[in-house]
Amino acid sequence: MNLTLQVWRQPASAANGRFVTYQVRDVSPDMSFLEMLDVLNQQLILAGDEPIAFDHDCREGICGSCGMVIDGIAHGGQRATTACQLHMRHFKDGDQLTLEPWRASAFPIVKDLVVDRGAFDRIIQAGGYVSVSTGGVPDANAIPVPKESADRAMDAAACIGCGACVAACPNASAMLFTGAKVAHLGVLPQGQVERSRRVLAMVAQMDEEGFGGCTNIGECAAVCPKEIKLDVIAQLNRDLLRASLR
Amino acid sequence: MTTDTKTAPSIEVRRPLEFTDARLDARIPGGPVERKWEQRQFDVRLVNPTNKRRYTVIVVGSGLAGASASATLAELGYQVQTFCYQDSPRRAHSIAAQGGINAAKNYRNDGDSVFRLFYDTIKGGDFRAREANVYRLAQVSTQIIDQCVAQGVPFAREYGGLLDNRSFGGAQVSRTFYARGQTGQQLLLGAYQALSRQIELGKVQMFPRSEMLDLVLVDGRARGIVVRDMVTGTVRSYLADAVVLATGGYSNVFYLSTNAKGCNTSAIWRAHRRGAFFANPCYTQIHPTCIPVSGDYQSKLTLMSESLRNDGRVWVPLQAGDRRAPQAIPEHERDYFLERKYPSFGNLAPRDISSRAAKEACDAGRGVGPGGLGVYLDFADAIKRLSVPVIRERYGNLFDMYERITGEDPYSQPMRIYPAVHYTMGGLWVDYNLMSTIPGLFVVGEANFSDHGANRLGASALMQGLADGYFILPYTIGDYLVSNPLARITTDHAAFREAEAGVNQQVARLLAVGGDRTVDSFHRELGKIVWDDCGMARNDAGLRRALQRIPALRDEFWHRVRVPGSGASLNQELEKAGRVADFLELAELMCIDALHRTESCGGHFREESQTDDGEAKRDDANFSYVAAWEYSGDLDAPNLHREPLHFDSVKLQQRSYK
Repeated sequence: MNLTLQVWRQPASAANGRFVTYQVRDVSPDMSFLEMLDVLNQQLILAGDEPIAFDHDCREGICGSCGMVIDGIAHGGQRATTACQLHMRHFKDGDQLTLEPWRASAFPIVKDLVVDRGAFDRIIQAGGYVSVSTGGVPDANAIPVPKESADRAMDAAACIGCGACVAACPNASAMLFTGAKVAHLGVLPQGQVERSRRVLAMVAQMDEEGFGGCTNIGECAAVCPKEIKLDVIAQLNRDLLRASLR
Repeated sequence: MTTDTKTAPSIEVRRPLEFTDARLDARIPGGPVERKWEQRQFDVRLVNPTNKRRYTVIVVGSGLAGASASATLAELGYQVQTFCYQDSPRRAHSIAAQGGINAAKNYRNDGDSVFRLFYDTIKGGDFRAREANVYRLAQVSTQIIDQCVAQGVPFAREYGGLLDNRSFGGAQVSRTFYARGQTGQQLLLGAYQALSRQIELGKVQMFPRSEMLDLVLVDGRARGIVVRDMVTGTVRSYLADAVVLATGGYSNVFYLSTNAKGCNTSAIWRAHRRGAFFANPCYTQIHPTCIPVSGDYQSKLTLMSESLRNDGRVWVPLQAGDRRAPQAIPEHERDYFLERKYPSFGNLAPRDISSRAAKEACDAGRGVGPGGLGVYLDFADAIKRLSVPVIRERYGNLFDMYERITGEDPYSQPMRIYPAVHYTMGGLWVDYNLMSTIPGLFVVGEANFSDHGANRLGASALMQGLADGYFILPYTIGDYLVSNPLARITTDHAAFREAEAGVNQQVARLLAVGGDRTVDSFHRELGKIVWDDCGMARNDAGLRRALQRIPALRDEFWHRVRVPGSGASLNQELEKAGRVADFLELAELMCIDALHRTESCGGHFREESQTDDGEAKRDDANFSYVAAWEYSGDLDAPNLHREPLHFDSVKLQQRSYK
């Protein structure tokens, strides 16, 4: 199949960007979306142009590096699928696609489709952990954890930190990301001791980074490649309320 | 740094020099194997708690080994600087490990013990690993699980609230702990969170999007690194009292592998060029359960966890060229070849053996799918026995991933799988303290060679990465720091200036070629050479052919590569070019090592050395040693050093899984 791409090109953070149109020919339906961009980039290099910069690494949907808005939808609109796992069989000959980076003031553009998601790291640094140092911990089976709690923790812990939730939210809110970590550690016995301190610190950092508030639109959960549910935001709000009242 | 661009490689592989060297003293403690680690922990000199903050340690890489080492060293009080090429330390490729982590907990009461895990790992590695290291690994395995649970890693649990286990290849006990199909992710996030805590506390300085491009030695000791900031292009030096490389393996030398696209050999290769010996580079692991290649645009291969072999049955049609749909092939016309050849381990035979058996079936024309390079992994029986919901609970995310990539539904038709390069057992040589032949340069995780011999068992990579980072390196590095007073210098020292100049020169040189071929085209071509002649099966003629072709390709690279853009900004092609330049050198060493080791062992299968029924045949009389290669200045004539392997606790035997 042949495609027309309108791609956001921006040489550097401080530079102005613009859309540039490219034609990609003979795209195989078995290619991944990023492999299609690889093919285009090889052509650009040989034609003397600069290839399109985009973040990617594992290409199996788990590292969270890749991410771009494809025709207005973060990661391109296949349920539970990152851009690297999106395959061209979901597109058809003659399609015109617009590719943009994540757009949020807390994620400054680095180049083309690459953004700086350091704000996510700083939210985790503010308290997204259990404060245990190496050594001196109890035996792994000393504290039984109900299977249901372990499963719920795992559902939330599956977050890959890609930032699609922020990109999809009209408020550029990071509540789904932050809620996922709060919920993961909050349902496990190991996470109880710091539960209040954690949620207060992480939410404060989230606000400081310039992410917007949550107005219950639900776009975040709709685009989440790991299907993190809106429940984690409810849990975050409950924990935050309880911690604030203490 | 200079790069070899000789145009006429010698066809004859020169017989490498052989001599023993004091630098290859592994410094293994005396006493019985089960007491050695305790002995070493007692023997090491300790750093006074208040003095630890005076020492700076550089850690390169933020995967399981790097993140756990960084966090633990910082908890102890050291000043730590951690570097990674990704935009966040949470993205290191450990995150993609699916199946699980081994530990000798014996929670299942099925006969597991430290000794059994030790024995399985030594045997799985085909008796080419160092006994003392492997025993220690098995010993600390139990602490790892405790640590991870305390961090909040959501391991799978049973209804009673205790931890669940599954079994993995090469073992007859269930000792593998897991978090759905995302065990690596959860363990890495545990280590990342511990690291994040130390960053918040100001004990770790984190440098993401930073690539180490050289190691700096002062007075023969590792004192720092030269790093390129991948966003601004600035080349800068960092000074420390010791350097830890936790930069993973070199599977991407094959271009197509299950590694992340950015995984590379540059950090360990450049350390090798500075004097660190490279051990057993030909020991590479081909994983049996990957999704087959679909086209020549393919950018990477995707692994399906080996845990699938707990419930999936591997088969091919009995008749060559049988093109019927799998459901149309009746039971008696199928060959469940792993169950047939290895009845006691069946579908859970170790990785190297399963991979070769699949290759053998495909070579005989019985492969399935496009190009005939695939075998079936069939869940029909397991679904009948256990129901779809149970299978979904165990493997749901893997089945989803398979369907996303292939467009086929594995609940209703068998998966197609084929082996792919997955892990490299070889790496920088380290002693028992995990220190390389360069004093002050430590190497942890997949980047070192130490624990897996010639073949790694499933669920052992996560174990080794975390053992090194949480429990071994933090002890041993203190002994080095306190025993070796270092000269007070700054990064203005001539050695730093020289290394920086070398890095700048290489960047300029790559940008200046201005040729007509892309970096990827060279990488693909190199990968094909290495896969064809130094892949699942190797022979003398093929390796000699590769040793002619690799230097020629390297020469062509430096004359025809095209790297667009500038060095002063984010330039992904420039990053790739530097990595491929290093792969082009490493590939030659791999082939030299594979050529010199005329025995078969583990993942290194020399066609000239096999048993009557086609299994790998070791030659213990001549090859029971670690081959540690020293860079000589000539890429085609490295110096070989041998560290003999001694087995006191296990009996050497021909590996059998029948």
